[in-house]
Amino acid sequence: MTHVPTGAPPGVPATKVAEFGSPLLLSEEHHLCPGCGHPVAWRLLCEVMTELALADRAVGVIGHGCYTQAAVLTDLEWLQCLHGRAPAVATGVKRVHPGVAVFTLQGDGDMASEGLHELLHAAGRAEPITCIMLNNGVFGDTGGQMTATTVVGQRTKTSLEGRDPGTHGFPIPVADLVRTLPGTAYVARGAVNNAGAVAQTKKFLRRAFELQMEGAGFTFVEILTMCPTGWFIPTAEGPGYVASVFEETFPVGQLKTLAPR
Amino acid sequence: MAVRLLQGSDALAEAAVTAGCRFFTGYPMLPFTGLLESMARRMPDAGGVCMNAASEIEAVNMTIGAAAAGARAGTGSCGQGIALMQEAVAEAALNEVPFVLFNMARGQQDYFQCTRGGGWGDYRTITLAPRDVVEAVEHTQLLFHLADTYRAPVILLGDYLIADTNMSVDVSPRDYGPLPAKDWALDGSTGGTGSSRQIWSWDIGKANRPGRGPDGQWKHIADKFAAVAEAEQRHESFMADDAEYLVVSWGTSGPFVDYVVEELRAEGVRIGSFRPISLWPFPEAALAEAAAGARRVLVYELNAGQMLDDVRLSIPDRSKIRFIGGVSIDYSGMRQGELLQASAIRAAVRRVIDEGD
Ligand SMILES: Cc1ncc(C[n+]2csc(CCOP(=O)(O)OP(=O)(O)O)c2C)c(N)n1
Ligand code: SF4
Repeated sequence: MTHVPTGAPPGVPATKVAEFGSPLLLSEEHHLCPGCGHPVAWRLLCEVMTELALADRAVGVIGHGCYTQAAVLTDLEWLQCLHGRAPAVATGVKRVHPGVAVFTLQGDGDMASEGLHELLHAAGRAEPITCIMLNNGVFGDTGGQMTATTVVGQRTKTSLEGRDPGTHGFPIPVADLVRTLPGTAYVARGAVNNAGAVAQTKKFLRRAFELQMEGAGFTFVEILTMCPTGWFIPTAEGPGYVASVFEETFPVGQLKTLAPR
Repeated sequence: MAVRLLQGSDALAEAAVTAGCRFFTGYPMLPFTGLLESMARRMPDAGGVCMNAASEIEAVNMTIGAAAAGARAGTGSCGQGIALMQEAVAEAALNEVPFVLFNMARGQQDYFQCTRGGGWGDYRTITLAPRDVVEAVEHTQLLFHLADTYRAPVILLGDYLIADTNMSVDVSPRDYGPLPAKDWALDGSTGGTGSSRQIWSWDIGKANRPGRGPDGQWKHIADKFAAVAEAEQRHESFMADDAEYLVVSWGTSGPFVDYVVEELRAEGVRIGSFRPISLWPFPEAALAEAAAGARRVLVYELNAGQMLDDVRLSIPDRSKIRFIGGVSIDYSGMRQGELLQASAIRAAVRRVIDEGD
């Protein structure tokens, strides 16, 4: 491994070569842990909203979890709702404002554990909304317990010896499940653990919103994010854990795309 | 005046549409089902949406979405279904999303549920209990107005006798006066302006414009409901001025009690009745006044004594109070029970009078 020498000041003063912020980000200060994957997902969302010129006609419905801070930090309209219920709430918003980009931002605990019912019915109705699930395989906010997506063998505070299917059953691959429903127009699973994955996930998000606005039907993007705190591993190992453990159970890629109606 | 002979459920649907309701959803459960079906028939022509939700939980959360987006919206169920909705009703009270919840109850077992909630937090729900279909139509229109006035979920507590009785009703729109602007309602348009909106029961606000925060928001909610408790008490009394015996009842029991009061008055008994129309806020002051000159206050309701608590809280001298109602189901399991008949009420009143108790 090469090291950048830091013992002496650089010969040339550092200059900013690129703007990494998004115009929709209201503050760079946040409460999330170092190495958390959620902020990368927020940023992608902001970029897509800006690029598709949707910022001034979008309503986000957000659940409960660490990611919920996005509602405070981003310059978008948000409706914060009960744990798990965002797809139902988003349905009400969309039916009142059919021309608005309506989306949910939820964690795997919020969406797959508590709110699977609302998600599947929104998908079944072909509700023209976009549901985004930030999947880190744990309840991050409450300290790292097992969710419906915790992978087999994964240690959490409520599966201390690792998720054992004999005791806890198997993880639910939400994107694969949603893909099977006829009402879904677009289903993809991305990740934010390296630059390539981030770029790919942004494309998935963009496509999901484009298809929503074209009236194609229900669109869904699952994003694998890091939770080194909930996984009880060193921060730097988070991205590798996604690649070596998570993607075994949840392969990334585009799972379904229909032509607009 | 547009007077029409309508079945209760259809009359309520008509009243809701007239009041501007454009989003309605629910999950079938008798006796609420008729209202859901009626709304499904009525909404498309009115330019609204009626959805057959996949559960009561989904229904009430869809309603929150529609209401937060600025529409007049409603949903409903009865007892068990309302129990599933309670978490969302509490959330809507705390994040100030207004809608009307129609509880077409299976009798009078839902008094605690509607007036005490069962959700989380320091919230209350305005609850109106109509005596018949005519009053239910008025209450429906009034409730949409009160919901928007106070930015809060509100409840119509009806029952089978309201849902399934045909009555001539005036369904023309009522004007209850001006309302505050819905500038808080989300339509997506403020994103990217630096002043984007957010609805959250903690009212955290945005990084550039912090809101009240949970403490501030919940204090604001508590203050609001304290003001509502003062301003929105409603009641009706009948022959109560010189009453030695005052019978207190609510909802569709009221007309049965009034019938007995009339009968006994004709026989020389100084008796009157009092009916809270708003179950929350309970008309405490009016009841205290009506009961001041009475020797006995008789509480009649078809449950084990749920409103009885509010009567006790309203009347300084509790020793006057007697409970003459009771749990009552009939054998079909749906309709009001065998206690809901004038002869049964009359016998219960007579017992108190004759025993000099
Ligand atoms: C009805 C209800 N049950 C439980 C909670 C507690 N709770 C808050 S956040 C959370 C976990 C969220 O996990 P997830 O959605 O995976 O998001 P993360 O924190 O991992 O980003 C839970 C269980 C709640 N807020 N509401
Ligand atoms: S607990 Fe996990 S999900 Fe929550 S902020 Fe920390 S790393 Fe992110």
